[in-house]
Amino acid sequence: MSPRQRERLVVIGNGMAGARLVEEVLQRDAHRFAITMFGAEPYGNYNRILLSHVLNGSHRREEIFLNPLPWYAAHGITLHVGVKALYIDRARRVVVGKPLHRSAVPYALDGCDHAAAPIEAPYDRVVIATGSRPFVPPMDGMGKPGTFLFRTLDDCEHIAAYAKHCRKATVIGGGLLGLEAARGLLALGVEVTVLEALPQLMAAQLDAEAAAMLKATIERLGIRVLLQAVTTRILGEERVTGVQLQDGMILETDMLVVSAGIRPIVEIARDSGLAVERGIVCDDQMRTSDPDIFAVGECAQHRGVVYGLVDPIWDQVKTVADVLTGVKPDAVYRGSKLATTLKVLGVELVSLGTTTPVQAGDEVVVYREPSRGVYKKMLVRDNKLVGAILLGETETAGVLTQMFMLETPVPARRADLLFGTASGAPVLSVFDLPEHAQICNCNGVPKGRIKEAIQVGKCRSVAQVGAHTKAGTGCGSCKSLIAQLLEVYAGEVTEDPSEHYYVPGVPLTKPQLIAAIKEKKLKSVSAVFRELAGGKEDADSKAGLASLLKSIWPQEYEDERDARFINDRVHANIQRDGTFSVVPRIYGGVTSPAELRRIADVAEKYQVRMVKITGGQRIDLLGVKKEDLPAIWRDLGMPSGHAYTKAFRTCKSCVGTDFCRYGLGDSIALAQKIERRFQGIEAPHKLKLATAGCPRNCSEAYVKDLGAVAIEGGQWEIYLGGAAGSTVRKGDLLCTVKTHEEVLTYMGRFIQYYRENAKYMERSYSFVARLGIERLRAVLVEDREGICARLDAEIEAAVAAYRDPWATEAAHPISASQFAGPVQIDSTRAEEGM
Amino acid sequence: MRQCLPSEFERNGLWDNGAPERHEVDLGPLDFIPPGEGRAYRVAGRTIAVFRQRDGCLFATDNCCPHRGGPLADGIVGGGVVICPLHAWKFDLHTGRCIGEDVALRTYPVRLVNGCIVVEL
Repeated sequence: MSPRQRERLVVIGNGMAGARLVEEVLQRDAHRFAITMFGAEPYGNYNRILLSHVLNGSHRREEIFLNPLPWYAAHGITLHVGVKALYIDRARRVVVGKPLHRSAVPYALDGCDHAAAPIEAPYDRVVIATGSRPFVPPMDGMGKPGTFLFRTLDDCEHIAAYAKHCRKATVIGGGLLGLEAARGLLALGVEVTVLEALPQLMAAQLDAEAAAMLKATIERLGIRVLLQAVTTRILGEERVTGVQLQDGMILETDMLVVSAGIRPIVEIARDSGLAVERGIVCDDQMRTSDPDIFAVGECAQHRGVVYGLVDPIWDQVKTVADVLTGVKPDAVYRGSKLATTLKVLGVELVSLGTTTPVQAGDEVVVYREPSRGVYKKMLVRDNKLVGAILLGETETAGVLTQMFMLETPVPARRADLLFGTASGAPVLSVFDLPEHAQICNCNGVPKGRIKEAIQVGKCRSVAQVGAHTKAGTGCGSCKSLIAQLLEVYAGEVTEDPSEHYYVPGVPLTKPQLIAAIKEKKLKSVSAVFRELAGGKEDADSKAGLASLLKSIWPQEYEDERDARFINDRVHANIQRDGTFSVVPRIYGGVTSPAELRRIADVAEKYQVRMVKITGGQRIDLLGVKKEDLPAIWRDLGMPSGHAYTKAFRTCKSCVGTDFCRYGLGDSIALAQKIERRFQGIEAPHKLKLATAGCPRNCSEAYVKDLGAVAIEGGQWEIYLGGAAGSTVRKGDLLCTVKTHEEVLTYMGRFIQYYRENAKYMERSYSFVARLGIERLRAVLVEDREGICARLDAEIEAAVAAYRDPWATEAAHPISASQFAGPVQIDSTRAEEGM
Repeated sequence: MRQCLPSEFERNGLWDNGAPERHEVDLGPLDFIPPGEGRAYRVAGRTIAVFRQRDGCLFATDNCCPHRGGPLADGIVGGGVVICPLHAWKFDLHTGRCIGEDVALRTYPVRLVNGCIVVEL
């Protein structure tokens, strides 16, 4: 068919619904329609669900694009970006739009450049997918600098930019979106307060009890939550300085993010004479009151319901695509059962259907464990699951969701649904599910597609099924069902072995690799590639292998510098502009006037751009050129602080018994002994330590990889696996000892055990959490495995092998060009050629 | 698609449209680069990275990572791939294509002549 003969489909809205509709249509019939799209935002299509990840910096904006602009061109779609469709001229059968002002907010009521020529798109069929806009509760002062809505990628970037200069942020709205926004802001390092008008958080998904538990969990993370807090006024002259609540209370804040729910965008339907109530009124085929015009997504109202979640949208879009392409002209959408699976601020949460009993005879099954923040609740009606909440622990979510969606009878022992059966047998046999039953709710993958991937596509592991169908790659709660399907249809589940390799380029687990390295006496990274990887060098594996080899062969390791990260090649930390930072070792954080003078002289002589006190009680010289490193080290005359490598970094201390009136133990002397002993010892990841002279913990020893805390009675407590970075964890108490020497022994023993058993790049906090403190105590204190003497000897050997790299390599560089910057090649020679 | 963001410490001259004819430049002895590593050279208004793989293969690319301007010569090299030292973006040294992102580095023909590195610009 030539383009002229093709039917013309105009899609209004380029959000998740609009773009998915076009994908579904193309999938069914790639040639039937000439497609035109209107998108008010100046981008391709992106995953709005991940906006909070962009806000907190865990995703780059590029990473959340679903369909970048070239995709539209590649599929022959005419996309009017930055153009808002204004009305549908149903008499002339054209959609009319105008470009938005560059600075206009895409979801604003107006914002079009009225002087611009209208853009018209003639149609045979139209799909409206305009989505929704943020709801702003009535209050004075919205719109002044520092007030934000949270809906689009641009909103997100404006918020992140503004937050850089803020100390306190307030979020209005304690629903899903509001909490996501709060999470993003928290990650940006501002103090966050959430204001919710209702008496509980997440009223749409939780009952009061679960909400209270969630509130407690969130507050532990450092977010302040105020309930029944109605904002009436935004304070501040030039920009936001605070908000005033209905009860008169005034809250100081530097910025305000409103995320209090959404409202459908329906103006275009109303202005085109279509039936509109809360949303655009649609029938069971998602047709509006004009049979050639459809609506999908958050702007549409179906059987009185306007959905604000993504799953119902996928269902609607499939129905419309079936109808439009004629693949199933009588396809029908009957409404969606609501299932929400999400992580709120790191808390797992699943919410299905109704969360509070509505009819007499509704059976409620509840399990609560407040100390761990676990809450599980089911609502059973006529022996079928009509609603559920799982908070904090969601292993059985996959089965529950299936039972809920398919309305299969629940087992007589209800507890099996919340905890799994005692025998481990599946509660629900996937074998009995119909082919169309949706297994992966995140990506909408039915059982039939997974079965096909196993039988035809020969997938044999959950990961392979995921790569093939996307199933299990969202929240992951359906992985157990996928594994069951593999057992049913392939008779086996193969774990993807590469998940367990120590490095990707050598097909061995860590214990296998260590055994092979020892057996073949491999002392260098290139030898490992030669002997264990078929001679194939792999860039991703080099640094991990170098770290492992150095811990296996402390003395004999053959240091091939190309296998190491740049920091370890030049013993300094690379900065964003390609310069380096220099941190000399300052044992226990105790320095002297003479040392400080030398540091000052060096900073001036080499025009160091910044001199900064670090969190580890040392001094950082920033902005140093690679070429200057050896000379700076010589002039400093201090050893390397190893602030650049996966190794023992530093041991902080408080002033302890020498000066502090509370001090119970000599924390400074201990910190210095620790630092002198373990300096530069390499490990799977960095190790930051501290000693505290009393439990007041001024040096933060409880939240270090290893910490020693003095307690009354001349004793020291030793803590393992603490963290106060992106993860915050109080260390676990290993044991209590009497002397400094004992502290050194146990710390050394743990460091060696960690070096041998942790995965590469696994911080001590996940290592300790993974093994459990009881097991570590059994091995390291009670010596149940009989390895303590060996561990002590190995760490002693590593300590003995330590050489200060600065002193060594300032005098004897590894190669002539070890510290070379870019080499200037004579440009006249370049121009003349050879 | 080629793109290179200006970074604070260098601009590598991608916008220079002059000198369309190709010419060869001698960058000096191979021994300057330790086996398995890379080094940067400023030549004709741009900064290029030359990599000497352990198997003897030589590669030359622009030194500036298109992501955030990281110095690729300081990256880890192996199996025809370089990993940027700043955020671990990976590039195929044969084609310059970034692995997993839709960007590419400019690559330059490079060979060894009497123990010296000769690059064609």
